[in-house]
Amino acid sequence: MIKLRFWLCQLRKNPLATVVACLLISITLGLILGLDWGEGFDLWSIVSLVLFNAAFLFVLIKRKQLKFWFHQLRRNPLSLVGIAIILTFIIIAVFAPLIAPTPEGHFDPYQIPRDGYSPVPQPPSEEHTFGTTQGQYDIFYGVIWGTRSAFQVGLIVIGVVLIIGIVLGSLAGYFGGIIDEVIMRVTDIFLAFPTLILAMAIVVALGPSLNSVMIALAAVSWPVYTRLVRGDILAVREEDYVEAARGIGASHPRIIIKHILPNSIYPALIMASLDIGAIVLAAAALSFLGLGAPEGYADWGQMINFARNWIVGPPGDPFAYWYTVTIPGLFIFMFVMGWNLLGDAFRDILDPRLAKR
Amino acid sequence: MELRAYIIRRLLLLPPVLFGVSLLVFGILQFFSPVERAALYVRDPKQFANIAEIIEKYGLNAPIWEQYINWIGQIFQGNLGWSKVVSMPVSEAIMYFLPATLELAIFATPIIILGGIFLGSKAAAHKDRFLDHATRVGAIMGWSLPTFWLGLMLLMVFYGYFSGLLPPERLSTEMNILVHTEAFTEYTGLHFLDAILNGNWQVLGDSLRHLVLPVITLTVVNIAFIMRLMRSSMLESLGKGYILTARAKGLDENTVVNKHARKNALIPVLTVSGYIFVAIVNGVVITETIFNYKGLGWWAWQSAVNLDIPSVLAFTLFTAVLFVLTNLVVDLLYTRIDPRVRLGGRVR
Repeated sequence: MIKLRFWLCQLRKNPLATVVACLLISITLGLILGLDWGEGFDLWSIVSLVLFNAAFLFVLIKRKQLKFWFHQLRRNPLSLVGIAIILTFIIIAVFAPLIAPTPEGHFDPYQIPRDGYSPVPQPPSEEHTFGTTQGQYDIFYGVIWGTRSAFQVGLIVIGVVLIIGIVLGSLAGYFGGIIDEVIMRVTDIFLAFPTLILAMAIVVALGPSLNSVMIALAAVSWPVYTRLVRGDILAVREEDYVEAARGIGASHPRIIIKHILPNSIYPALIMASLDIGAIVLAAAALSFLGLGAPEGYADWGQMINFARNWIVGPPGDPFAYWYTVTIPGLFIFMFVMGWNLLGDAFRDILDPRLAKR
Repeated sequence: MELRAYIIRRLLLLPPVLFGVSLLVFGILQFFSPVERAALYVRDPKQFANIAEIIEKYGLNAPIWEQYINWIGQIFQGNLGWSKVVSMPVSEAIMYFLPATLELAIFATPIIILGGIFLGSKAAAHKDRFLDHATRVGAIMGWSLPTFWLGLMLLMVFYGYFSGLLPPERLSTEMNILVHTEAFTEYTGLHFLDAILNGNWQVLGDSLRHLVLPVITLTVVNIAFIMRLMRSSMLESLGKGYILTARAKGLDENTVVNKHARKNALIPVLTVSGYIFVAIVNGVVITETIFNYKGLGWWAWQSAVNLDIPSVLAFTLFTAVLFVLTNLVVDLLYTRIDPRVRLGGRVR
């Protein structure tokens, strides 16, 4: 029991270890429950996964800390709105199979079912709650399952970028010298390109697909994080406690992971939470340009691309096809805004010094 | 003295970065097979029959460093390949489409910068009052707006509902024909400027009418960014000692805000001019695609969708070089504008 307490205490001190622990829990639980990671997840296992992780974090977090977080949140009502929006989207994503059930005999749940092949969109009806878009793809199904794609793109890209940024940034900041010089010059080169243009070129080189979009977005976003982490590490590298750890003979990885990162990682985490919206927006833009997911994949950007030809209705009824463009657009807008507001909340919680004056 | 050393160092950094940029673009090029890459050198579609000869001739199977030297040599000679979307050499295509995009940028940039600065300083001066909250909510919403969606919604209202009030594309059909007749001399390729030089008010009105929506689409998101930056920078500058002095002297609030605070608050905004360049280049691709506005961005989009490799890479290289040069100019301007930097204080 005491041993357990000790471990919990250690975890509390180190946010990085907490994240790793959560991941481990998810993976073991996933293996036990026999989750099928490939095909759209089984509903209840996801729910239990989320609940278990939440319970774990709750045990880990001290009461006082929790109180402080709530206090910070209440000071900024807009961030509460952000949390509400993102929670709604999480619920939509998790319960997608219940909200918009995949029709019988339809193999890939991410492929939007289509009702015929006529190009003309159909208005909302009993059968199609939000109507159908060009090619008779069901808009309701598309936006609901598109939420999952959006989370996937945003979280995977940000996760990869954070890992690259933390590893390269720590190497550059901690060791300095030639390693630092090389890594920084490489970031210089990547930062010399307008982001969307470079991403576009990479997508074209890899062949248009959702994976290429994710790779391209990760390739254009990592330099910013690397620089940020490096700068923050430089700021704490010479602190007394780091010097002390070095003095008692701690190894380099231990100093970086246990002493430096926990004290310098927050700005990168804050930026990551503010960036998820921007990443999803960029992915949607690439999809809109026709460089993203294959046709019919549940993806918001592509649904707006479908709507391009139906902006203006027949004479006398200019708004005839309003649903094709308005509904997917509203989903993207709310999703991105939710993350932007949530990022503000994270900033208030994680770094009170940065909170708005 | 220190200033000159800084400028020299900044200039010395330029070639390595440009070299790195070319390496990265060359690296992306390596994703393609020699056959695909041979298209870089094809000027006339008929030559595709002899693709094996072309591969041989340009050494596309040669060692990689040799290929790089060949490639960069071609670029220095202005041979960027053949754009199959518009059936002309890439360098010609860039010059052909540049004026249209310049036209957009000429209108959008001042609106973004001046609008952002104006709104930001107003918000800071009215901190925690209605105007501040209103602009804050507006900024968050503007910042989250998908540009492509905004553009389409604007089209839906101003092209659909108001039946053709503000149409897409660059010019309406009749005007487009008129512009290409003998009677109309194209001095610059920028339609509104040409119209003024020709004294043709019809063309001027028409081109401006076509510019309104793309410019709005380009500006909304970026104004939000500059505004928030200006607000926080202004708040910082309002908290400084010299503001207290100015107020203690009994200056009225307008003079304090407009003369004393704003000038110093402008410096961080200048630093992000590079960002504005990127935002415009990124935005131009999306905006021109939505409005079918035939400029560089539209061309880049068409090339990307048609997997026209030379055009996409040439556009990437072109914008990157422009961006590097923009940053250089901004850094040098910075030393002139901020006296603390000029007088040998904190340069980096």
